Amino acid sequence: MPESTFLDSTELVLNMGPQHPSTHGVLRVILKLDGEKVLGTDCVIGYLHRGVEKIAENRTWAQFNPYTDRMDYVAAISNGLGYCLAVEKLLNVEIPARAQAVRVVLTELNRLASHLLWLGTHALDIGAITPVFYCLREREEALKIFENYCGARLTTHAFRIGGLQYETYDGFEREVRAFCKMFLPKLDEYEDLLTNNRIWIGRLQNVGVLSADECKEYGVTGPMLRAAGVKWDLRKAQPYSGYEKYDFEIPTRQNGDTYDRYIVRMQEMRQATRIIEQAVESLPEGPIIRGIGLLRGERRRPAALPGPGAPALFRELAGIGPHGERRADSGRGGGDRNTGYCARRG
Amino acid sequence: MADEQKPEGSQAPLPAKGEAAGQPPKPPTPAAKPAPPKPAAPKAPAVMAATPWDGELARSVKEQFGDGVKETSTYVGQNFIVTMPDAAIPVLEYLKAEAEFDYLVDVTAVDWPKRAERFDLVYIVYSFSRNERVRIKTQIPDGCKPQSAVGVHLTANWLEREVFDMFGIEFAGHPDLRRILMPDEWQGHPLRKDYPILQQDQRWVQENLGIESGQ
Repeated sequence: MPESTFLDSTELVLNMGPQHPSTHGVLRVILKLDGEKVLGTDCVIGYLHRGVEKIAENRTWAQFNPYTDRMDYVAAISNGLGYCLAVEKLLNVEIPARAQAVRVVLTELNRLASHLLWLGTHALDIGAITPVFYCLREREEALKIFENYCGARLTTHAFRIGGLQYETYDGFEREVRAFCKMFLPKLDEYEDLLTNNRIWIGRLQNVGVLSADECKEYGVTGPMLRAAGVKWDLRKAQPYSGYEKYDFEIPTRQNGDTYDRYIVRMQEMRQATRIIEQAVESLPEGPIIRGIGLLRGERRRPAALPGPGAPALFRELAGIGPHGERRADSGRGGGDRNTGYCARRG
Repeated sequence: MADEQKPEGSQAPLPAKGEAAGQPPKPPTPAAKPAPPKPAAPKAPAVMAATPWDGELARSVKEQFGDGVKETSTYVGQNFIVTMPDAAIPVLEYLKAEAEFDYLVDVTAVDWPKRAERFDLVYIVYSFSRNERVRIKTQIPDGCKPQSAVGVHLTANWLEREVFDMFGIEFAGHPDLRRILMPDEWQGHPLRKDYPILQQDQRWVQENLGIESGQ
């Protein structure tokens, strides 16, 4: 705690961070140090607090959906999935099989994109510069698929309550398959660089050890819990979005240190690729969204489209003629056809 | 850029939505105002009703705590226990010790400004071995200081700090009850319903950021 500063002349209080939002982890740690030994920490975590719950209070269910992208820019699709699943659960609706499968493909691709950013920057922090170039190179391929699918790379807003807004584009399956084929050898390449690397092992093994009990006590799940030996994955324990249909393993390790967490995440990327391959092979035909009607706070009002006074570019994108008429050949634009919502406050 | 200037309100009304160029078949919603519910879409009131939950666990909790437990219910497959304010922590303890609910997923609150017991305090616990999730809810009035759950689950430390920060609920026996997301000197608790979305602590903003917030 900062109050106890300099009580003992060997103790030093050092301020680490806050990190800039675009670096990994927006965290300030007030460290109490004795030489290199950390005696205590006080974490300050509010730097990226944007009050999304308060925003949600002032938005309709569908309007809030894009905000979930911004909660974590490397996991926009996963966040969107969580939100859509929650709302669908409250509505007690089942969404079409095709939408579920496309959701799985995109979410697992998002997992790869996210893990790749982690791996690259992690290695960079240890002092290895090469992996970050490799990882971002492959990440780019996943982002291209997102961009082709929904027009955005990071804040994707890929899913809608009730399914998907967009049908997959021509060549989606081909590109996803090609990505998987390309990606597996790249994973081997990363592992060649790092897994048995003496410096990597030296910096990671026995660092940051969390036992399984500590993980549970501190509410830690995911790869960290699995690296501590608990074979638990929500996709297996309580499958959603059709995960029960896919064949994949839960990678685990025993030591709960940073090295084991690295291994678990690397294996997770292989499993994610497996899931993507299966999902894209068995992509069912059929509708991609189910109608759910209007939710609370929504009104059917066509104001989400640019009117005749809007700049020509917007009209072009939305397929609106110079006099406000809809053009038959209009492209994708045209507001959100799931809900027809528009900004409640104008 | 705009070729013709027209007042904002004069946007041409669109034909029924859904014929926008997309493949997804729009639910056939005519322009009529009351959106006709989709065949399978359940009506809101029917969904909102929770039904009694009478599992083995619910019965054992009721037996153990008697009047401390007001209700055990389930809602779209999610079980919850409503307890008296004093019984919430003992129920958490009981679930951890007797039923292996060893993971405190979240502690949060819901503000009902018009109700006498203004806040719902909600604990979500999960059991890895049972693969089961349970919510424990309790209703407390403003100013009431519920017992902290830190003694049962360490995770409660930060979660309760967040509830304190956002709702202004103080937890008795919390080891380190400070704000966690907002600055320490901030006035007001943002997730209370009577805290408008544009509200800011003007003084804090001016003193610490040196700007007028413009709101």
